[in-house]
Amino acid sequence: MKIKEILSKYPKESEYLIEILLEIQSSSKNHYISSEDVEQISKYLDIPESQICSVTSFYTLLSMNPKGRYVIQVCHDVPCFVNDTTSIYEKLVDMLAIEDGETTEDNLFTLEITECLGCCNEAPAMRVNDQVYTSLTPKKVEKIVKDLRGEEK
Amino acid sequence: MVNLKINNIDIQAKENTTILEAARQNHIDIPTLCNYPDLSIKSECRVCVVEINGQKKLHTSCSTVVKDGMVVKTNSPKVLNSRKTIIELILANHDANCTACPKNYNCELQSLANKLGIDKNRFPTVLDIQPIDNENPVLIRNINRCIKCGRCIDMCKNVQSMGVLDVMGRSKDMKITPAYGKFLTDEFCTYCGQCSSVCPVGAIIENDDTDRVWEALNNPSLHVIVQVAPAVRVSLGEELGMEPGSIVTEKVVAALKYLGFDGVFDTDFTADLTIIEEGNELIERITNGGTLPMMTSCCPGWINFAEQKYPEILDNISSCKSPQQMFGALAKSYYPKKMKLKPDDIFVVSIMPCTAKKYEAQRDEMKIDNVHSDVDVVLTTRELGKMIRQMGINFENIEEVPFDKPFGITTGAAAIFGATGGVMEAALRTVYEVVNKEELTDINFTAVRGTEGIKEAEVEIGGQKIKVAVAHTLENAKTLSEQVKNGTSPYTFIEIMTCPGGCIGGGGQPYGTTKAVRDKRIEAIYQVDENMPIRKSHKNPDIIALYDEYLLKPLGKKSHHLLHTHYSSRKK
Repeated sequence: MKIKEILSKYPKESEYLIEILLEIQSSSKNHYISSEDVEQISKYLDIPESQICSVTSFYTLLSMNPKGRYVIQVCHDVPCFVNDTTSIYEKLVDMLAIEDGETTEDNLFTLEITECLGCCNEAPAMRVNDQVYTSLTPKKVEKIVKDLRGEEK
Repeated sequence: MVNLKINNIDIQAKENTTILEAARQNHIDIPTLCNYPDLSIKSECRVCVVEINGQKKLHTSCSTVVKDGMVVKTNSPKVLNSRKTIIELILANHDANCTACPKNYNCELQSLANKLGIDKNRFPTVLDIQPIDNENPVLIRNINRCIKCGRCIDMCKNVQSMGVLDVMGRSKDMKITPAYGKFLTDEFCTYCGQCSSVCPVGAIIENDDTDRVWEALNNPSLHVIVQVAPAVRVSLGEELGMEPGSIVTEKVVAALKYLGFDGVFDTDFTADLTIIEEGNELIERITNGGTLPMMTSCCPGWINFAEQKYPEILDNISSCKSPQQMFGALAKSYYPKKMKLKPDDIFVVSIMPCTAKKYEAQRDEMKIDNVHSDVDVVLTTRELGKMIRQMGINFENIEEVPFDKPFGITTGAAAIFGATGGVMEAALRTVYEVVNKEELTDINFTAVRGTEGIKEAEVEIGGQKIKVAVAHTLENAKTLSEQVKNGTSPYTFIEIMTCPGGCIGGGGQPYGTTKAVRDKRIEAIYQVDENMPIRKSHKNPDIIALYDEYLLKPLGKKSHHLLHTHYSSRKK
């Protein structure tokens, strides 16, 4: 959806800023808010660009940098950690040749370490965009990544 | 009224006053850091914490309202210890190389640390040195000194409606920067310098040009002259330890002569000249159906603002250069001719209450030979104060000296340029008399005086009533500009000044400028006006002589070349 269409759904009041940012980010193929987006929002809500950047830089959920098509978030909290999330993370590093916070050269994957995903009873867990995967093993991870790569072809 | 006890003293305070206010009204000192008079309450720094009986946590006195029966301690061991820890923590993340900082001895953090008896820090430094923002010729932002109090954000966003600066990131990574962590540039900053005037430390300061002036003064082949802006005569004394609002006009001249300037002149002279040109421009626009309302052009922060945000209304702005630039143009044309000097040998310095003037002087439009800037260096009031201190001049007791010729005579109309409403009043004094061909019975247009954000008046000019308006701060400028842009402005003539109170509250004025201080400077500037033998620009005999022997007529060919300019859009 184009930014102007998204903006037109909201009243011109700064209290809608976070909702606007979330919708723009989720409609972006690369899960981010561009500087052009910020400029448009600034004009629409009549608030300075610095104020918008201040908000995006406060929430880790919001990104001003383009990410891969698939953002893989691996939980590193205690229940996942004791269930060997390390091997899950290492498998991903091995397959994707990137580390925490990085994006593959083909812009397909971004790897992130994250806090609890709320699936402690089925640890270790990870999330790819909106889909959560649980009771992971390195083998399962391999299949998930291969399937995602296959989807793109 | 509310009854409470602070440090065992019974105190009565009005409802809704804060503990800090109640304490100060009763001469009990609570130290503050992020707090600044006239700006919003932030409670960022926590330095003003106090202990309230029956409550475990300490409370910030700046944001806690008094309640009946409250028992407050402002200096218990717990409070003192917390304050000390807070300052130590701030210092651990602060570039505390004080002797290498221009705010040394003028720094609120430094004096607070001293007051709290901090002579060593229990915490090791965690400062992660970041690059200094010195991309522009006006303001330098050294983030390593920033203590994140947020005063600059408040000033820029709420008083000036610009919002150039804001908080980026959080926790230990939190910084105050422009959007996207960019450096300050003329794309989005007006260089008004109000951020620098409220910064408690040396995180935002003007670009120091004093070395360039010393160099010129020590160069025997240069003829170095200086002009002094109207607002400086009521603020330089304060910079050098005198009371706010001290009138030091001829002390400034004496000090500048002592520093070695070959000619010391008054920007008031070209302020008078501005009135003649701008007044005639207004008359011409009214009679010939030109673009109205006409807006003043003296203030470089306003010009930057209009070029960035309101390119649609640039035709409304008077084509007159500011008094600083009119002086520069004459100093490199008329003056060398009269003094039998080569224009290239003349070095022009300005003493301005303003940081944006540094930018204005460097504009390409401000070079009459298209190569050299008409004004070579602009110093703020603070920078001149520094030079006077360096030279060891006893300013308060220096013997007064009048300004030099040929720009020797000035008027009260020019002096009031320094206060909000002054340009309007000066213009009305002249336009009224020139058009109506009758003398004003009362030359004081009090309706356009004072510190209200937007002021209005109605004057009869040439048989028709015209409405005029005066605005100071960019927030108010925005309101009037929107009206002009939308075609709903009811005014014929509008004066705009960027800084609160006008130039007397400029970004280059002494630190600690508050509303109370600005009021004293404004009072002083109208006193200067009252004391002048001539109080209308068109009655200035030196101005009349300048037209007779050189410029010939207002808005003429020579005026057009030397005294007028144009503006261009910088909107993204």
